Amino acid sequence: MTDTPGTRPAPVSRGRILLEFLGSMNLAITLLVAVAVASVIGTVLQQNQPYQDYLIKFGPFWFEVFGKLGLYDVYSTAWFLFILGFLVVSTSVCIYRNVPTMLHDMRSYRLGVQRKSLQAFHLKREWISEREPQALEEWLARLLKSAGYRFRSRRDDDHRVLAARRGAWSRLGYLFTHAAIVIICIGALFDGNIPLKLRVASGDLKVETRDIPASEVPAVSRLPVDNPSFRGSVRIAEGSSANVVFLQLGEGYLVQPLPFRIEVKDFRIEHYATGQPRSFESDIVIHDPQRDQPLEATISVNHPLVYRGYAIYQASFSDGGTGLTLDAWLLRGTSTEPMRIQGRVFESVEVQTPDGPMTLEFTDFRLFNINPVKGPDGRVEQKNFGPNFTFKLRDATGQAREYQNYMLPVEFDGRPYFLSGVRESPAEPFRYLHIPLTADGDIRRFQRFNALLWDDRRVEAVARRTTAAAFAGREGQAAVGEEVVQSMMRLVGHFRSDGFDGIAEQVRLTVPEDKQAEVITAYMKVLQAILGELYLHVLEDEGISPDKGLDEAEERFFDDAVNAISALKAYGSPFYLQLKDYDFVQATGLQIARAPGKNVVYLGFGLLIAGVFLMFYVPYRRLWIWIDRDGGRTRLLMAGSGSRHQQDFETEFDRLAERIEAQIGPRA
Amino acid sequence: MSVTHQDMLQDLEPAPLWKRLGWFDWLWAAAVAAGAAWAWRLYGGLMDDYEVAILAASSAGLITLGVLWKPMRAFTLVVAGLSLFAISRYGDAGQAAADSDFFLRFLLSSQSAIMWMSALYVMATVAYFGALFSGSAFTGKVASALTWSAAAMGLSGLMVRWYESYLIGADVGHIPVSNLYEVFILFCLLTSLIYLYYEGRYRTRALGGFVLLVVSAAVGFLLWYSFGRGAHEIQPLVPALQSYWMKIHVPANFIGYGAFALAAMVGCAWLLKARAERRNPGGLLARRLPALELLDDVMYKAIALGFAFFTVATILGALWAAEAWGGYWSWDPKETWALIVWLNYAAWLHMRLTKGLRGAPLAWWAVVGLFVTLFAFLGVNMFLSGLHSYGEL
Repeated sequence: MTDTPGTRPAPVSRGRILLEFLGSMNLAITLLVAVAVASVIGTVLQQNQPYQDYLIKFGPFWFEVFGKLGLYDVYSTAWFLFILGFLVVSTSVCIYRNVPTMLHDMRSYRLGVQRKSLQAFHLKREWISEREPQALEEWLARLLKSAGYRFRSRRDDDHRVLAARRGAWSRLGYLFTHAAIVIICIGALFDGNIPLKLRVASGDLKVETRDIPASEVPAVSRLPVDNPSFRGSVRIAEGSSANVVFLQLGEGYLVQPLPFRIEVKDFRIEHYATGQPRSFESDIVIHDPQRDQPLEATISVNHPLVYRGYAIYQASFSDGGTGLTLDAWLLRGTSTEPMRIQGRVFESVEVQTPDGPMTLEFTDFRLFNINPVKGPDGRVEQKNFGPNFTFKLRDATGQAREYQNYMLPVEFDGRPYFLSGVRESPAEPFRYLHIPLTADGDIRRFQRFNALLWDDRRVEAVARRTTAAAFAGREGQAAVGEEVVQSMMRLVGHFRSDGFDGIAEQVRLTVPEDKQAEVITAYMKVLQAILGELYLHVLEDEGISPDKGLDEAEERFFDDAVNAISALKAYGSPFYLQLKDYDFVQATGLQIARAPGKNVVYLGFGLLIAGVFLMFYVPYRRLWIWIDRDGGRTRLLMAGSGSRHQQDFETEFDRLAERIEAQIGPRA
Repeated sequence: MSVTHQDMLQDLEPAPLWKRLGWFDWLWAAAVAAGAAWAWRLYGGLMDDYEVAILAASSAGLITLGVLWKPMRAFTLVVAGLSLFAISRYGDAGQAAADSDFFLRFLLSSQSAIMWMSALYVMATVAYFGALFSGSAFTGKVASALTWSAAAMGLSGLMVRWYESYLIGADVGHIPVSNLYEVFILFCLLTSLIYLYYEGRYRTRALGGFVLLVVSAAVGFLLWYSFGRGAHEIQPLVPALQSYWMKIHVPANFIGYGAFALAAMVGCAWLLKARAERRNPGGLLARRLPALELLDDVMYKAIALGFAFFTVATILGALWAAEAWGGYWSWDPKETWALIVWLNYAAWLHMRLTKGLRGAPLAWWAVVGLFVTLFAFLGVNMFLSGLHSYGEL
């Protein structure tokens, strides 16, 4: 718009200015870029994670700030939706302003064009011909038709005009693409969780944050069964059923009842020969009061069941409450026999331990643990480590450590071990305790050795015997011998409860700094001597005679056992839980959705694709040929314009001009 | 005037389609139809109605493509010949033949064919730049021939790989567009074919070096990925990928990525040419690179092509997501980045088409667009976690 100085600009209504602004190209481009940039945030920061994880990641201050900005669920924050809404409004205004003109343009041939305006075209040619206008017009009309143009002609007193155009459909491309954006956004609005958020914000609904059974969730956190649009998930164990799904929202969830009940008969994982999973399938049965017979179906990934507009997807799987039979081997005491514990995943068991009463909370069981392992030839292979289970051990004060124990022995350098992982928080990786086993995969030798360390009477006896043997023949050193016995007892006492680190710590606290290294060396020597003797006793109990000396496996076992016992302090648990047997129950994770906006969105998709191809691949071109008389001869003026593919149009224009020239001679 | 009025009018009747087709077109159509019929005879029993319809439609599509873009005919026939020859060499020996058979071992087992493709692309890049700097038309022709050969080896390699996957196990077999290694080959292939189309259409070989530079970079990544990580091993499909949608979603996406990469490199050529014209109008670049208008046009065409296919691919992705994940849009990082790429080029097209902007800003924008695209294609898989990381169900 240009303002001429001196003249008063015509009064423009405020609505007009607003429309101008909303429909402006600059705004549209700015909004496109703004949506793109805002979208990046949600990809960099993982969305909709438990709030606890964010708190750990960012610390209390930034956690609060990011939370206020809605960064944990960017795509449904008010400011993001505002930008998106703005884009929709701007697009709608563009459609409103441009489409009537375009539709008119599609139908009109613009026969009323003036010669002067044709002369102003970038692409134009003129010719003079001796031929009659009537014959020329007829021929030109054929020419235009053969080149794929539709045309109209008009005769006035002094001139004739042929107005031709091609690819008018491409104008619809504009309408289709822009309408598609609006339609897709509106359809998506039906299916998104914005209405829910609004109801939560108004206090009409309240998200439930407690971990309680669905039946106990209060009405304020439940949605009506006829809710037209939702997307939730539910975990159903084999053999059980559910008639609700849970909708994750913010830091909690809502309960969505279903008009039918889904029973899960079986969940299966099939594997390829290489061990990778090939399929996840659930056999489900739908019990619907509206049906006479229950409906049986099998769903798998990529193959959902759509029932009464509810789409049921195979989304995940987990344990469904596997029964566990466990042997608890006491790690702090003289007991050499295990205590039998029965448990179930997702249940807890109270146990009495040397550290007081504790709770075992079983959280998971996995039948297959397929991990990549580097084989001896350096190739990475998939290896199944067999079943494991995960549990939390909570003490009376509520402090808990998480453990993960493997059922089958794992071999390292050809020697078998039980692996038990421990961690203080879910953010850490598991640190593994390696308990050495005898070649037959038995834990008993380790257990007897460890229990022996806690048997003060036997330790003392062995210490005395060892000392006596060492001091034999040395008269008058009984007092020194007694001192050695006492220090052996003391060292074993420290070692069994605090490990090597405990002894080193003790030395640091009680011995002057310059003597520490010397004392530790001496202590280790004494400790190794007594531990070695004790180990020989364990072997003797097994009927292995130490006289012939130990073979390598037995020596290695001793080193491994001593290392394991030294690590028990860090391991934390007063017992080791050995998985003896299990009763495998799986649960399938179903995602259930109702998306009435889907068809609207798909309509938008169709329009978008049609529009884009119309716009890019149907060239829109206009041509005019103006024929009039000039001093007894016929004068021709051809001009044209082609939007979008100017280069191609120029080529086509030149070709047409060549053909005209070939007929009527060179141009004027 | 000797021509009669009638003669004059006859000249204008457009020739019917069948008259405009040459004997090779007919041979081509017959060969494709025969191939489809043969496939149907062999496997018709295993196909459902959809698959029969898809076979028929894709044969028709291939015939049309060959008629519209003539070199495609010979190219497809060569690829079909090489692939069938390789498959015949596998015979009853199965996988073991890859190491024992001479032709497979050195030429046509998928691994060898892809190595040939890699080498040929790098040679073609060098040849194109050689032609640009020496001005030798012959070198240019060699460069084109090398590119065609590379594409033929690459596509044959993928075809053979498809067959090899079935040799590992009937349940393992799948179309080779399922992991990063395979789609990189697809990327090289499609980018170079799109380039060859524009090379023929605009009759200039000056852009080859620029475009093949991206392809060579992809080849570099491919080699590292193959030797460093053993990525060329054929792995069975995770359940999430076992879907017909994959067969169309992935190739459509890569037409988009390929076209965007090409547009970016043409953008580079535009910037170099504009700079050369300012600084040194008589210099080599200013003389040898095509006119700015032509570059501008190719850049626009490539982005339009990429945008159209990227739109289709993203929508196909949404339809697939609706079937696999229970929602057509989940704001998963890969989806979101696809949207970002789409919005970026939508803004570019608005700038050009509606605001009528031309020249340097658009060329720069096309170059930056490549990085956005690259992040959507690679960065998301490398740095962000989400549903497209197929580690788990």
